[in-house]
Amino acid sequence: MRSFSLADFLSLLSALQWTAVLVLIALGLGAPLALLLALMRTSASRALRWTATAFLQLVQGVPLLGLLMFFYFGMPVFLGIEMPPLVAVGIAMTVYTASFLGEIWRGGIEAVKHEQWEAAACLGLSTWHQFRYVIAPQAFRMALPPTVGFLVQLIKGTSLASIVGFVELARAGQLVSAATFQPLLVYSIVAAIYFAACLPLTLWARSLEVRLNGAR
Amino acid sequence: MQTLNFQQLWRYQDQLIDGTLHTLLLTLVAAAIGTAIGVAAAAAVRSGPRPVRWAIRGYVELIRNTPSLIQLFVVFFVLPGFGLRMGAFEAASIALGLYFGAYCTEIVRAGLDAIPGSQVEAGQCLGLTRWQVFRHIVLPPALRSVYPAFTSQFVLLLLGTSLASQISAEELFHTGGFIETRTYRSFEVYAVICGIYFALVMTFKLLFAAVGHLAFRWPVRR
Repeated sequence: MRSFSLADFLSLLSALQWTAVLVLIALGLGAPLALLLALMRTSASRALRWTATAFLQLVQGVPLLGLLMFFYFGMPVFLGIEMPPLVAVGIAMTVYTASFLGEIWRGGIEAVKHEQWEAAACLGLSTWHQFRYVIAPQAFRMALPPTVGFLVQLIKGTSLASIVGFVELARAGQLVSAATFQPLLVYSIVAAIYFAACLPLTLWARSLEVRLNGAR
Repeated sequence: MQTLNFQQLWRYQDQLIDGTLHTLLLTLVAAAIGTAIGVAAAAAVRSGPRPVRWAIRGYVELIRNTPSLIQLFVVFFVLPGFGLRMGAFEAASIALGLYFGAYCTEIVRAGLDAIPGSQVEAGQCLGLTRWQVFRHIVLPPALRSVYPAFTSQFVLLLLGTSLASQISAEELFHTGGFIETRTYRSFEVYAVICGIYFALVMTFKLLFAAVGHLAFRWPVRR
């Protein structure tokens, strides 16, 4: 048994980079999927709308912990393959990100008046160009504050990766806590690090909301 | 590739039902604690002295910017330090109650802010008492504007109770882990557990939609 030292604090801080890796994977893979889902949800085809809605309802009706366990323990046993924690966690976080960002972005797209699509069509733009040059810039302004807000949810959500043994900030906290027998101190510091990472984003989201609301 | 086998899980149906009931209980207790905190804190933010307002702001920001998994650990390890010995289920109820309370504070505050001051003044001009103004003029539209956010936060709380399994509170997810170690049918176990959560979420969503439809029938003029 040893007491909490500077080296422990540094190991917590260095574990933060794996939290960042998870966030980047989730955003990098989840954002394109989210855009696809948002477009499917707003498309004219009923089949596409229903497929996307079913996917969203399913993912949002299941705990993130359930997704993680399913991809880490369930799928590999079923398929008979080895699943490294990073891959399982990456898939679960991607699916989670895609479903929530998809809903946020659908809200942004739907908030743009339908006449804008018609006006763009009258100018002879193709459907993709209507979206890309007329709808997307306006939807982006409206969807940006909640998107930044979701980023906070995502950072907090990566803490669940600790449960399948992936060493990010929360897991590093568990390890240090087990080594020092000072759980209260260690978890308070872990909480403080998360807080320091999330609060600026929360404040940014709030200021964006104030600024972009007036510009509508 | 394995063949699916849900047969083995059938023997554990009593545990699954028990776990589901505990998840529901945990959700309702945490929601009750959180709603009480939310209403009190939102009222204090509007009319309390400055130090109280700052304390509440600090509480809300602290909870909203840290993972609830860490909050569970902190509560679970803090309470014994104050000489309060309690089980994992009680600790989880408190931690999740504090978590829900922070979001609830923001929701209730936004609901109260949505009511224009002129509406309250109009009520006072009609000679209504303070209580009557609150009961008939402030509360109905505030409840209506709060309802969608509150219900979706409730669903997130229901899903969030799965984290309580990590401090070994015996709810549905904990039951899943237990059955998995007995049967080794990981895929089937987590598929069934996720299915039960999904069914619970859908039931609550339908229930909330039905209640909202019945309770908030009066038309809105914008």
